[in-house]
Amino acid sequence: MSDKEISGVGAYVVHDSAHKHVTGEAVYTDDLPELPNCLHTWVVTSPHAHAKIKSINIKRAESFEGVEAVLSAKDILGTNDVGPIFPNEPVLAEELVEYVGQPVVIIAAQTRELAREASHLVKVEYEILTPILDVREALEKKHFVAEPHSLQIGDSKKALANAANRLQGEIDLGGQDHFYLEGQICVAHPLEDDDMKVYSSTQHPAEVQKMVARFLNLAKHSVVVEVRRMGGGFGGKETQPANIACMAALLANKTKKSVKLRLGRDEDMIITGKRHDFYFTYDVGYTNEGEITGIELNLASKCGHVADLSTSILDRALFFSDSVYYLKDATINGFPCKTHTVSNTAFRGFGGPQGSFIIEEVIDVISNKLKKNPHEVRKLNYYGTEDRNVTPYHQTIEDNIIHEITDQLEVSSDYQKRYDEIREYNKNNKYYKKGISFVPTKFGVSFTTAFLNQAGALIHIYADGSIHLNHGGTEMGQGLFTKVAQVVASEFQVDLSRVKITATTTEKVPNTSATAASSGSDLNGMAAQNGAQKLKRRLIKFAAEKYEVDQSSVTFKNNMVYAGDNEISFNALVGEAYFARVSLSATGFYKTPKIYYDRSTSKGRPFFYYTYGACVAEVLLDTLTGECKVTRADILHDVGASLSPNIDMGQIEGGFVQGMGWLTNEELKWDDKGSLRTHAPSTYKIPVSRDIPDVFNVEILKNHKCKEETIYSSKAVGEPPFMHGMAVWHAIKDAIKSHGNYEKEVKLNAPATPEEILRALDSM
Amino acid sequence: MVDSIQFLLNQELISLRDINPSMTVLQYLREKQSIMGTKEGCAEGDCGACSVVLVEIVNGELSYKAINSCILFVGSLHGKQLITVEGLKYQNKLHPVQQAMVDFHGSQCGFCTPGFIMALFAMYHMQKSFTVNEIHNQLAGNLCRCTGYRPIIDAAASIQFSGDHFEDKKEETKTLLLSIVKGGLLTFRSEGTTFFIPDSLESLLELRQKYPDARLLAGGTDLGLMISKHFQVLSEIILLGNVSELKDVTETEDQLSFGAAVSYTDLLPHFENNFPSLYKMVLRLGSTQIRNSGSMGGNIMNASPIGDSSPALMALGASVTLASLNGEREVLISDLFVDYRKTTLHEEEVLLSIKIPKLKEKQTFEVFKISKRFDQDISTCCGAFCVEFDDSIVKEVKIAFGGMAATPIRAKNTEGFLTGKQWTEETVEQAEKLLQEEFTPMSDFRGSAWYRTKVSSNLLKKFYLVSTNQLEDTGVVHYE
Repeated sequence: MSDKEISGVGAYVVHDSAHKHVTGEAVYTDDLPELPNCLHTWVVTSPHAHAKIKSINIKRAESFEGVEAVLSAKDILGTNDVGPIFPNEPVLAEELVEYVGQPVVIIAAQTRELAREASHLVKVEYEILTPILDVREALEKKHFVAEPHSLQIGDSKKALANAANRLQGEIDLGGQDHFYLEGQICVAHPLEDDDMKVYSSTQHPAEVQKMVARFLNLAKHSVVVEVRRMGGGFGGKETQPANIACMAALLANKTKKSVKLRLGRDEDMIITGKRHDFYFTYDVGYTNEGEITGIELNLASKCGHVADLSTSILDRALFFSDSVYYLKDATINGFPCKTHTVSNTAFRGFGGPQGSFIIEEVIDVISNKLKKNPHEVRKLNYYGTEDRNVTPYHQTIEDNIIHEITDQLEVSSDYQKRYDEIREYNKNNKYYKKGISFVPTKFGVSFTTAFLNQAGALIHIYADGSIHLNHGGTEMGQGLFTKVAQVVASEFQVDLSRVKITATTTEKVPNTSATAASSGSDLNGMAAQNGAQKLKRRLIKFAAEKYEVDQSSVTFKNNMVYAGDNEISFNALVGEAYFARVSLSATGFYKTPKIYYDRSTSKGRPFFYYTYGACVAEVLLDTLTGECKVTRADILHDVGASLSPNIDMGQIEGGFVQGMGWLTNEELKWDDKGSLRTHAPSTYKIPVSRDIPDVFNVEILKNHKCKEETIYSSKAVGEPPFMHGMAVWHAIKDAIKSHGNYEKEVKLNAPATPEEILRALDSM
Repeated sequence: MVDSIQFLLNQELISLRDINPSMTVLQYLREKQSIMGTKEGCAEGDCGACSVVLVEIVNGELSYKAINSCILFVGSLHGKQLITVEGLKYQNKLHPVQQAMVDFHGSQCGFCTPGFIMALFAMYHMQKSFTVNEIHNQLAGNLCRCTGYRPIIDAAASIQFSGDHFEDKKEETKTLLLSIVKGGLLTFRSEGTTFFIPDSLESLLELRQKYPDARLLAGGTDLGLMISKHFQVLSEIILLGNVSELKDVTETEDQLSFGAAVSYTDLLPHFENNFPSLYKMVLRLGSTQIRNSGSMGGNIMNASPIGDSSPALMALGASVTLASLNGEREVLISDLFVDYRKTTLHEEEVLLSIKIPKLKEKQTFEVFKISKRFDQDISTCCGAFCVEFDDSIVKEVKIAFGGMAATPIRAKNTEGFLTGKQWTEETVEQAEKLLQEEFTPMSDFRGSAWYRTKVSSNLLKKFYLVSTNQLEDTGVVHYE
């Protein structure tokens, strides 16, 4: 980073909307001025996990005062399908309902209260069928949403048979609700020609456009989708908003009025998908030192009633089940289990955290068996840099820096000393126990479906020199707009305030991918740079001609343009270029090179590069109650050359806390009929202020650039820090182990609620 | 006569006549005023995105309190100043708390931010600096899913009061607030709801007699959900806040007594001095926003088996005074609950006050709350223990639990066993076994029957260890 950078790449800038966030001026979808006669909605959902719909009677609801439309699947104009990968994923149930909360009927009325009241008048007759609610039952019955998929390298069978030591085990890992503060919402405005303008809180406007068009039987050019910002996404607004938008758009089409569909918190949590729960089994062979010599992993994910993104998520879980460890002879099987529960979906990490979770568990169990510090066993199994560097999907790791991260963090966290002190503390304390862990991570970056790795941008320079930037990425708080604006400001060497990014809309940049897979700044930053460089070349050519100098002597610095001995402000040069009839608008485009994956052979290079990090976590545990407090966390995290250190820091800290929540207090509880019992913050507990570590040291790895050609040598940061939450889990396990003098097996499932911890302590 | 609801919205005097007085303030702001800075995140007072600040005159000075607008009724605004996030920026300059949040990168998606700003604004007007622990206490009612809180905590820690336009205009504000009529019985009626604000006990008791089905409203932290979540129509609501007898706090040498409508926040200083363990527990009951609104009276009278006030009060031997036009009667809280959410309160009665005897020298009292999350969570199990010793003999013991039965309940068998016994590890171990047999709690999403049973008996052990100074800390969270 140049010291002179005050607002370009690498500068410590604030989020572009920070001033609007703090004043309440930032506009979210629900804050947009409503058109007169805007209708409000309620969704009638299935009370059964699995049932046939025998009849739907809407007569009384339709004639209820203030109600303007009551619609069900038979009213759909086009295709009743929002499946992002596989077909037949209905927005409104047709003959069958497959989870409690599945939308069946939608109502538009003058107010939300009236729509809700009318919903009680809708009578749906069901014939109840037996549901499969449990992932284990689905696995046993081979009840899948798609074909299982496996990775294989070497010969795990032989390796296991020849192993010096061998053990088997199983573990359950719970899901997680996104709990974005802004719930799902869409406003649909009908336009002429049956066109539809859709304001959607979505990470994927192009997908909403596609699905709404298909649902209304329109061409995509008839649907415009716009989103300025989301109040959080975390993957929950990748595919889920399409359902909401389709419902709103259909009601708008039928009533010819603007329709707002906003889910309340309970409806949001019941109707929309979450992070996949997993059930794992493992069979591992290892040396007396703890080196893994052969392994077989089975990952069964609870997909819910349809596939949604489950296959891609399971793929990523498989790809991540090596974490930073070299598995020479490995078979890793993934089973996408169909259950009669809400369809689980993308959530920060996209299966990756679940994949890494199981290998960390295996390492921990091996360490426990060998009575070794898990950290030593981890290091023993680290990927090499020159050899021992081929993954189970046969990608060679070319950028491994986990060794230097480990070395640095061991020192900065004072790891060994604290490890010893904690053992001493535990000897002297009967009821309170401490635990510490050192957990590394590696995160493969790219959409594993190659074609998604593309992005576009649109840049206008107006005649006054102000720059208007659009790209396909969406802003959900992660600071993408700020980062991409920094890229463009750097290209033109102008102040960041000269670059304005407005709402993401399908009108500006077409055919975009979701803002997901941590790829937002990698893809859109590059596309914007590409567009900016086109414009810059035109300006250089113009300046060279105007001042009769060589193009190579035209440079941009500090809002000025220098052409040989001439200097002119950027704004003035742009003004002159306009009069000279130079085109001042350009599109940019980018596609990630090098990546491919052949699913038929389970081989390829799904990831452009990897990002690394590690976390040392320490906890204090009350063995009488199972209560636990994270007392300290030290994180060292790799973001390459940071585009925006403040923004990146926010992602790392926030990711860690969210990951910690996943494995500790965030517990989704269903009853035996398949109803979610924790569907609001009163019952579903995400971390609050006091839950963060008392001592919280977070560092970005310094002096490190991405080895691949990424935007200004930066690396992705959205999802990877989420993985650090796993260190908390292992610190808890460490504390529990001390209760059995580090000699007994620990049976702990995730999340580690106080109850789960007490159960583990009690079973020792 | 129908009165108009009058309050200050930021600095503007508002007078509302044709509005349902049970409409939530959040809905009023967003749908009637179209000022959109205040957000709905949960509509149940648990996320804080809807936080606003209510200002009223207390002892001649303005008191600023953060409140959840999603469960606050418009009728409750009468006579107060409502400050929203829009009111903070002044002469195009950010308020110091807004500037701090920008400087410390306290916002990412920004949706929770207005709520945090208002919580911080209320802290700012406490005119003090905050320790990290106090910041946690203040901010536990504001959820953020993006930042991991660290920058927000840093922003909060940086706050130093240096005045603002509210401080500059405080005399003007007081004059305006005083100009709003508060005396006599006020009645707001619209859209099927009648909202009464009596200003004397007599008036309240008359209303209670006349409208036995009316809902009594103190802070509304439970009642608010009837509107925000359940979309019910409440025909009659009686606001208790203007009845001075219900707002009194009296401390004598041997007891603390307080009116039914005194907020938790106003009780905290009294608990801190007299019942440190209860004080710490109340700091985990709801959040600052909830404690600013909610009252112990309300918590007791909704008779929830998992309300956190009752077990402690039962163990302390507290009683309530119930009043009607026919007179007053006193009932031990231990005798108040008859069934799930049912009390011995008669339909014409109201809860007047609560009396807690102060601890005697030989008494030891602790209350432990067990929940999934430390702050702002509902108890899985709440255990309260009070023992009076005669040397090492248990002279009298009261043990009460929440979350173990259909009502808050005393562990009478265990108490009976312990009474007269030596307070030793062996005795307590036997008592733990008895306690495990004493209740058959249910399994639900907060905890299984196994956990409730196990942890309740472990809490007895913990009480023993604390009472005998074998355990220094009562939990894993440390307060400075």
